[in-house]
Amino acid sequence: MKALRWKNQWPLHLMIWPAVALLFVYSYVPIAGALFMAFQKFNPAKGVFASPWVGLDNFRYIFSMPDMGRVLFNTVYIASMKIVAGLLVPIAFALMLNEVRVAAVKRTFQTLVYLPHFLSWVILSGILIDILSPSEGIVNKAIAGLGLEPVFFLTDNRWFPFVLVTSDVWKEFGYATIIYLAALTSINPALYEAAEIDGASRWKRTLYVSLPGMAPIIVLMAALSLGNVLNAGFEQIFNLYNALVYESGDVIDTLVYRIGLEQAQYSVATAVGLFKSLVSMFFIVISYGLAYRFANYRLF
Amino acid sequence: MLLLAARKWKGGWSDGILYAILLVSSLLCLFPLVHVVAVSFSSSHAAASGSVVLWPEEATLSSYRFVFRQRQFLEAAWISAQRVALATAVGFVLTSLAAYPLSREPREFAGRTLYAWYFAFVLFFGGGLIPLYMTVKDTHLLDTIWALVIPGAVPVFNVLLLLNFFRGLPRGLEESAKLDGAGHFKVLLRIYLPLSLPALATTTLFTMVAHWNNWFDGLIYMNSKDNYPLQTLLQTIVIAKDAQFSSVQDAAAMALISDRTVHSAQIVVAAFPILLVYPFLQRFFIKGIVLGSVKE
Repeated sequence: MKALRWKNQWPLHLMIWPAVALLFVYSYVPIAGALFMAFQKFNPAKGVFASPWVGLDNFRYIFSMPDMGRVLFNTVYIASMKIVAGLLVPIAFALMLNEVRVAAVKRTFQTLVYLPHFLSWVILSGILIDILSPSEGIVNKAIAGLGLEPVFFLTDNRWFPFVLVTSDVWKEFGYATIIYLAALTSINPALYEAAEIDGASRWKRTLYVSLPGMAPIIVLMAALSLGNVLNAGFEQIFNLYNALVYESGDVIDTLVYRIGLEQAQYSVATAVGLFKSLVSMFFIVISYGLAYRFANYRLF
Repeated sequence: MLLLAARKWKGGWSDGILYAILLVSSLLCLFPLVHVVAVSFSSSHAAASGSVVLWPEEATLSSYRFVFRQRQFLEAAWISAQRVALATAVGFVLTSLAAYPLSREPREFAGRTLYAWYFAFVLFFGGGLIPLYMTVKDTHLLDTIWALVIPGAVPVFNVLLLLNFFRGLPRGLEESAKLDGAGHFKVLLRIYLPLSLPALATTTLFTMVAHWNNWFDGLIYMNSKDNYPLQTLLQTIVIAKDAQFSSVQDAAAMALISDRTVHSAQIVVAAFPILLVYPFLQRFFIKGIVLGSVKE
């Protein structure tokens, strides 16, 4: 029986092994490496097997860093604002788009708002730096035209988080809209007709037909976004921030980059990264559990 | 009668607000891009005076001429093109080969559930930046194009997307092929792949866009700037503001171009391939996202 099984199944193993091997080397080996390095005083010349062990010293060090509290706060603060805005804006936009009856118009709006999603943060940051520049940027020209003082969007700690959240919503809301729109199109039109006959206004129809129809997807997206509570968006922040806004914009990932690759403190950066991965995984497990329970979502 | 008219008017009123909001948000997404294009075609003088909004002023191709004469910029674009081609080919093969066994029922493929978790785990947990960098270094990929292709060669999300598509295919075809003596490889090649063109197009486009846009791996894995892909080079020029005009001596040329117009031109060139395929892209992507996210 066993032999027969193998005879049928060996091609399946053969197919999957290239991917398994690559994931092993470039995903699992780094995980193992992190488990070593975070508890060592890692020395690249000696490698993970010969570097001295230091127990929890790296973790003690990172939590005694004067910047750590601020960085943790920034991370959670920026990520949470992005999660909330990233949920509400696409839902509102999908509900509005759903009211457009002319298919071509609907598609045009959808195509336009979806565009920034496809461009890299390098390109979008390049554009943002240009249009937000205090001296020659078009936004500040407009502000000056209203007789107001120029705003230092990218160097002022009061403005920087706002720019991060707004530009993130700008890039991604069109993408998320599609998912909600798909949910809306699957609502039975008879429900709308019935509501209309009962005298429900457009607002009432939105409230009592559209929103409940979207509810499972909203719950799913909300639960899944919980896993991002420590992901404030490395690529975006790295390309937009500078030393002047570390106070409001420095997050775990940018800190790991600076202490790891710029200052070559490999073990400390790995310990911070590992801490982030563990907390993130905790939230992902919870969110997956919630998604499974309330939206019956399975990964595969 | 009056009531009916009022209702109609009310509908028109809310329609007005609705369309206004939709129009404004759509334009907000498009406007910055159009503005950058306009600046890139304007003279340095017009760009500095701040009069350029949506249409080039003192229109000139000088910035583009400058960009396309920069050897490093063109070489970086070539590296990006090679990278996209290699990564797409490798990703296509690995994704298809992994998705097929994972789409089997556990009774057909004994290790299926174990393998599936092995794949899914890397979506949840990673070693982080430094250990990955060390691994890439230890496998001698630094400063080669393979550093941009191999570490992410198995896009697990694409595998999940494709395996879900495979599961939705009719099993009858496969069974009759098996009766005719076809093995797993033949079933994958002759039945699954041809029937999965929409899903394959989606995952391939995902891969292409991701690789064209990725700049961070170039920044950390390449020691020499000569090996930077385009987006990485753009990052160092436009964002990190590395030296730019070392090759421009001519005062007349300087009058027509500035850092600002050249940066805008570089941004437009780096975005161009995406804008070019965008109309094709977005149709597939809409299917792809819905395919990947909404399941019964």
